[in-house]
Amino acid sequence: MGQLVAIDTLLRDARLWRGQPVLVPEINSRATGHAALDASLPGGGWPAAALVEILFASDGLGELSLLLPTLAALSSQAKPIVLVAPPYLPYAPAWQNAGLRLAQLQVIEANASDALWAMEQALRSGCCGAVLAWPTKADDKSLRRLQVAAETGQTSGFAFRPIAAQSNSSPAPLRLVLKSSGDAPQLRMIKCRGALPPATAIAFAAHAQH
Amino acid sequence: MLWACILLPQLALDAVLRRHPTPELPLSLISGPVQRRVLLDVNTAAHALGLVPGMGLLAAHAIAPRLLAIDHVPREDENLRSLLAAWAYRYSSMVSLEGEDAILIEVEASLGLFGPWPQFERKLRDDLQMLGITHRIALAPTPMAACVFAAAHDGYALTASTNMRQALAQIPLSLARIDPPVVTALAAMGLKKLRQVMALPRDGLARRFGPGLLAHLDRLSGDRPDPRLCYRPPDVFEQRIELNYEISHHPALLFPLRRLVNDLAAYLAGRDGGVQRFVIALEHEDHADTDAVVGLLAAERDPARLFDLARTRLERTTIPAPIRALRLIARELPPFIPAGRDLFDDRPAQAMPWPALRERLRARLGEDAVYQLAAHPDPRPEFALRRLPQLLKEPAPVSLPPRPTWLLPRPMPLRDNALKILAGPERIESGWWDGGDIRRDYYVVQTSLGQRAWAFRPAGVNEGAWMLHGWFA
Repeated sequence: MGQLVAIDTLLRDARLWRGQPVLVPEINSRATGHAALDASLPGGGWPAAALVEILFASDGLGELSLLLPTLAALSSQAKPIVLVAPPYLPYAPAWQNAGLRLAQLQVIEANASDALWAMEQALRSGCCGAVLAWPTKADDKSLRRLQVAAETGQTSGFAFRPIAAQSNSSPAPLRLVLKSSGDAPQLRMIKCRGALPPATAIAFAAHAQH
Repeated sequence: MLWACILLPQLALDAVLRRHPTPELPLSLISGPVQRRVLLDVNTAAHALGLVPGMGLLAAHAIAPRLLAIDHVPREDENLRSLLAAWAYRYSSMVSLEGEDAILIEVEASLGLFGPWPQFERKLRDDLQMLGITHRIALAPTPMAACVFAAAHDGYALTASTNMRQALAQIPLSLARIDPPVVTALAAMGLKKLRQVMALPRDGLARRFGPGLLAHLDRLSGDRPDPRLCYRPPDVFEQRIELNYEISHHPALLFPLRRLVNDLAAYLAGRDGGVQRFVIALEHEDHADTDAVVGLLAAERDPARLFDLARTRLERTTIPAPIRALRLIARELPPFIPAGRDLFDDRPAQAMPWPALRERLRARLGEDAVYQLAAHPDPRPEFALRRLPQLLKEPAPVSLPPRPTWLLPRPMPLRDNALKILAGPERIESGWWDGGDIRRDYYVVQTSLGQRAWAFRPAGVNEGAWMLHGWFA
């Protein structure tokens, strides 16, 4: 007899196919704050202990608004939100208006290789609410390290990468692509552990404040 | 009162061995004038080869050619002993140094806190073992008797003063901490044990040996009070390790560094304090000292964590010349407040609290690498942000017209022929008082790529080039 597994734990696992497409909410997930995105994610939200890759075509498409509701919720639980080597200055008043508590926002300045190390440390430590990073030198191996660190520390990691990395394989369980089509930005899911990524774009209101 | 005596029979040798990377090789401590160097003490390996203290260095080298001879520096013994006193201070407020080789601790008042004596004694021995100190411990109602018992029977504990005379009677005179000339004179009279001396008439003893011997005997038995000067821990920690050979690469520094940091942690635990900032100074032969400063945002005293930080900091320090000695100086010793952890915390077991993670990041990436942001009430976007090492209080939110989440460090030209204005203009005109005068009309615009940007034109100008200042990401 190997390990005893309770049946309800098994049933909650999104990887188990039960003959009919029933969506069982995963306990380890966190609502994204965007209804359409929540509906297409298998757990009904961001996976809580995994690396999420967000591939975006250019700045200003709403790549941060995708996360801001989650970050705001996490920061009100007094968990540090860590930004590792952000590409620009986070403009504090705007972040605060989005509901984020600035006292929980921590910014780490690092060069490309130190940024990967810092992100891994932050994920592994298990004390952060979310770790956001903009790795420029990430390859398959370093992403795998980050994914393992996220699992070890039970922390959500978000890696923002250029859209050119879309065709490379990646160990991240969830990969989203954000690009513009005409007027509105378009969000697509290209990989999702535990479910088939939807074929169509996900409705996403990037700039709710206007 | 009950006094525990910790006797340090080979303090000088321990001071050398504990910082030596290979204590298992034959090693000796030498002293005396240059013409006639003699062995002061030898370690176990050297003793096994037949070397004994008092032997000439030439003779010792003839027996063991690979013997490592180290000069005895009395100052180092004193340093080690005051470190041990600082360590002992955590167990009692009354710690006293006796002679050159003993530390006395008043333990009766501490027994309630640290458990009955056997348990307490084990705690003391465990600590001393970790610090790498050879020791003998005994307990007695008077300080002098405790020292004598420690020399006679390691581990002896006498708690009732009624049995004092009986217990003392068996002690040989040579161990009774009586002046050596007096011991020789008494031995010449055929007296070998304390019992025999205590049985002699007091007036005769006083006439022959002066009042000193009687006073010593009375202090031993507790008939005469024995007031002691209590040890006061210093407010600055400074420890130095001289290296036997010059070191010019980092890995070899780790061993002495670990010793220094462990000593610091022992000292901090003794005064129930933490350290906020310390300096590791590397001393060179013909070069100014290299200082590696380890600064923390919150007080810390965990030896493993301090070592981790010190090591990372040292690894980033370049070594300009071979290192002769290592010094650790800690001046800022604020009270230590241990971090509380929730009983029902469901974080993984190996989790590291944020302050510890922050220190680790700062140690590798630099002092200013981790920061927080606060809004500053300046209408100019460039000046509306403040970088702080630590934001203790959540600032009150300010209500402003739409602001971007990303701000460019400095505005740059935005070239796009199909810009769409979504909101604006918002005029920002300020800064005449400090020379950073700006007059701008800010707009929220959408680029042809679908990006939402925050851009401006000079105030009052409705056409022409745009300057990009932020992204609504």
